[in-house]
Parts: sequence; structure tokens; C-alpha cells
Amino acid sequence: MTRRPYIRPVRRYSWWLSQPRYVRYMLREVSAVFIGSYTLMLIVGLLRLSQGPAAYESFLNAVQSTAGVTLSLISFIFALYHSVTWFGVTPKAMPLRMGGKAVPPAIIVGAHWLVWAIASLLILLWVGV
Amino acid sequence: MASSNKPVVWALFAAGGTLAAFVLPAIIFSLTLGVGLGWIPLESLSYERTVAGLQSPFAKLAVIAVVVLILWHAAHRLRITAHDLGVYADGLVMLICYGIAALGSIAAFIVLLGL
Amino acid sequence: MRQAFRQLEVLRYDPDTDSAPHFQTYEVPCQDDWVVLDAINYVKENLDRTLSYRWSCHMAVCGSCGLVVNGESVLACHAFLRDYPEKIRVEPLGNFPIERDLVVMIDDFVEKLRTVKPYIVSKKERAIEFGETLQSPEKLAAYKQYADCINCLLCYSACPQYGLNDNFVGPAALALAHRYNLDSRDVGRSARADVVASNPGIWECSFVGACSEVCPKNVDPAASIQQMKIAITADYFMRLLMPWRKP
Repeated sequence: MTRRPYIRPVRRYSWWLSQPRYVRYMLREVSAVFIGSYTLMLIVGLLRLSQGPAAYESFLNAVQSTAGVTLSLISFIFALYHSVTWFGVTPKAMPLRMGGKAVPPAIIVGAHWLVWAIASLLILLWVGV
Repeated sequence: MASSNKPVVWALFAAGGTLAAFVLPAIIFSLTLGVGLGWIPLESLSYERTVAGLQSPFAKLAVIAVVVLILWHAAHRLRITAHDLGVYADGLVMLICYGIAALGSIAAFIVLLGL
Repeated sequence: MRQAFRQLEVLRYDPDTDSAPHFQTYEVPCQDDWVVLDAINYVKENLDRTLSYRWSCHMAVCGSCGLVVNGESVLACHAFLRDYPEKIRVEPLGNFPIERDLVVMIDDFVEKLRTVKPYIVSKKERAIEFGETLQSPEKLAAYKQYADCINCLLCYSACPQYGLNDNFVGPAALALAHRYNLDSRDVGRSARADVVASNPGIWECSFVGACSEVCPKNVDPAASIQQMKIAITADYFMRLLMPWRKP
């Protein structure tokens, strides 16, 4: 018998469409697009701030426009999705053992959300809700 | 040792991801979403109040940390995603992703220094 | 015991006569409590003796019968027919070259496993007369889940990064490196770092997590890789900032 191993072709562009878990992975990765573009937008805001009240005013108007609100909403949803997935994997990346037993993952994740809540409150207060 | 410089890259990515997870939703909500939806008064983000708020070294440091680390996190993740989506020109992708992150960081730094 | 016919669509490949693999369908009278392996065994015994595949224990401990069933990497002996529709598509493990029918070449994995030194590296060789090294249950618990790996390679089949780049050392080999790194009897962490901390080692992983989802033994290779990313990054910075420190 001859050995002639067959190497199956790789679906270079579409492998992630073949299973729901891969699609969810791609969604998580794509959150970086919105996180990155939002941060760049904040930098634009800083630039407008440095250019004086008039420039900053037009920036604020753009933020309040329909397009601006839509972008903020989408970025917000993706930022939350990032938080959910990021906190969700911390028990795997940093497993804790106390008293000879593994700390339940839910506690580790819960502790992160608690800190998130406190940080969010402080930010809201600082910005001046 | 056949190790790489990946630890530096990854440490920045992890720091940025952690920071983004903790502060970004609140930042988005308080800075643009809340204002856009009318839940946060526009006066909170007025020119005078914003400039005053960014005067302290602590505020400048916080903004720089957020900007640099989160930009780096997004840049690195997008570099990986480019590979996942079949774009294998890693050198070019690195230049674009990290380049934009670097430019954004420098711009923020310059602005904050001048405020 | 109820019996019902199911259609098994099996990927065939004969290196002597085929230029490429193709599907062949079999009508199999299946019992309610069967697993996919039972159906395949029926085909082999009654319908087509030429079908080639690997299996052994039929109880999910030997790791031989890894396959892709209806798109998901599973152990054939662990995939119950009651969880599948009437039509079942059976293919070999993904991301490995097909030797024949459902048999894949796993040489790449075996070689990679060898390079991570999957054995205790001791500080001092002890002669057997000195007896065993004692280890407390707490110390065992630190690495036990990673020792449960049965080398079934479902993780490699599910890992898209291994699919896109077969230089990647891969989930199981890295999980086993971690198992030995965490073992209190072992001092081989820096010796393993050559492979583990290299670019095709842990850094090729983008934490898709499919490996841990398909693992039949709950080894959680994804967790082991993330833990090593943190450990190796910490090592890197400590060496940078405190070069006098012993590794």
C-alpha cells in the first residue's frame, strides 16, 4: 500500500463561519474595531478641545447627531460585550485557590463586576452626571 | 532562549483589555452616549468645565493611560484578527495597527501637555 | 430495545485509488442507546469491511476514536446517537493529514509533545532505593486536571489557529507542559520555555477556546495556555527588571 496522505484545504477566509462558537469568537475580536475607533474619536475630541471653544462646540454637535449617537450606542454595546467576555475568562487565566479548594469562578467574575460598578460610578461622578 | 518579545506586546494588550473592560462602558456612557441621548446635561461637557477638569496631572495621567493602553489593546487584537481573516502580510498590518495607535497616543499626549 | 435506520455519511479515502476523499452513505439499523462508534462498527462488520478507523476502549479513556461528527469534534464512543438527527456525517479529525478513510496522521502532535518534555525533570536524580517522592493532595490538586489529558486530539481538530498554522505547538502539548510546570516535583519550567515561550508556542494562541469546549476530559487547555502567558510574561519582566534573580 502506498502512503499518500491527503491534506484538506484550509478555508482561509471563511473558517470562522463554519461553527457558532467561531462566529462568537470573531464577534469578540471585532469589538476591538469599535473600541479602537471610539478611542480615536475621543482623541479627535481632545484635539478639537485644544483648538478652542468653537471647534469643540462643533465636535459636541457631531456627538449629539443621529450618526454620533448611533456610533456611541454601537460602541457602548461592543464595550460591554468586551467586559462580559474579558471578565468571563479571568477565572481561567488566574485561577484562585483558597484553603486548598478552587475559588468558584462565579465569585471571581462577580468580584470583577463589583469593581466595574464602583469604577463606573466614580467615572459618572467625575464627569458630572 | 528561543523566546520572543511577545511578552511586552501581550502585557500591553492585557493591560489595555483590563482597563477597557473596567472603564470603557462608563466612559462611553458618560461622555457621548448619555449626552447624545439627553440623559446627561450638556453643561457637564462644556468647554470651560472640560478644560478645567483636565488640568490636574492626575487627570492627564488617567487620560493618557486610558488612551495609550486601550489603543494598544485594540491595535493588537486587530492585528490578530487580520491574520484570522486571511491577511498574512503581518509586517504591513503591524505598521498600520501599531502605527495608528502610536500616532493617536502622541496626539493625545501633545494636546494634554498643552492644555 | 428500539431500532431505527439512520444514514451514516462517511468520508472515504483510499490512497491507492482515490485522488481526493469522497462521502459514502450507509443505511444502518441503530439501537436507541448506541454511540456513533457502534454504528461505525456495524458498518465494518456487516456492510463494508474496507472501512478503516481507530478505536479501542469504547469508554472515553484511551483517546483513540476522535472524529468529526456533524461538524463537531467528538469521541465516537462518547457521541450518543440520540443526540443526533437521522443523518449523521462522519469525518476524520480536522487539521491532520488523512492517511486512509477516518484515520489521520498524528505524527506532528507526537513530535510536538516530545519537544515540551512531558516528564518530571528532577533537581537531583534519586536512585530507586530511596523510595517515592511524596506529594500532598493539595500539591496534586494544583496540576491534576491537566494530567487528565488522554491525547485524543479533539482540541487540535477544533483549534482554528492550528488549522491556519501547523507550526503551532497546540493545545494538548501546551496543557501537558503546564501540567509538569505545575508539578511540585518538577524543576523543568525554564527548560520547557524554549518551546512553550516561543512564537509558535503559547503566543500563537488567540484564546478562541474551542479546545476546552470539545475536550472530553475537562482538561481546559485554553486555561493552561492563558496561565502560561501570564507566568511567562511575569518571568520576562522579572528577568528584565531583576536580572540577578535566579529563574
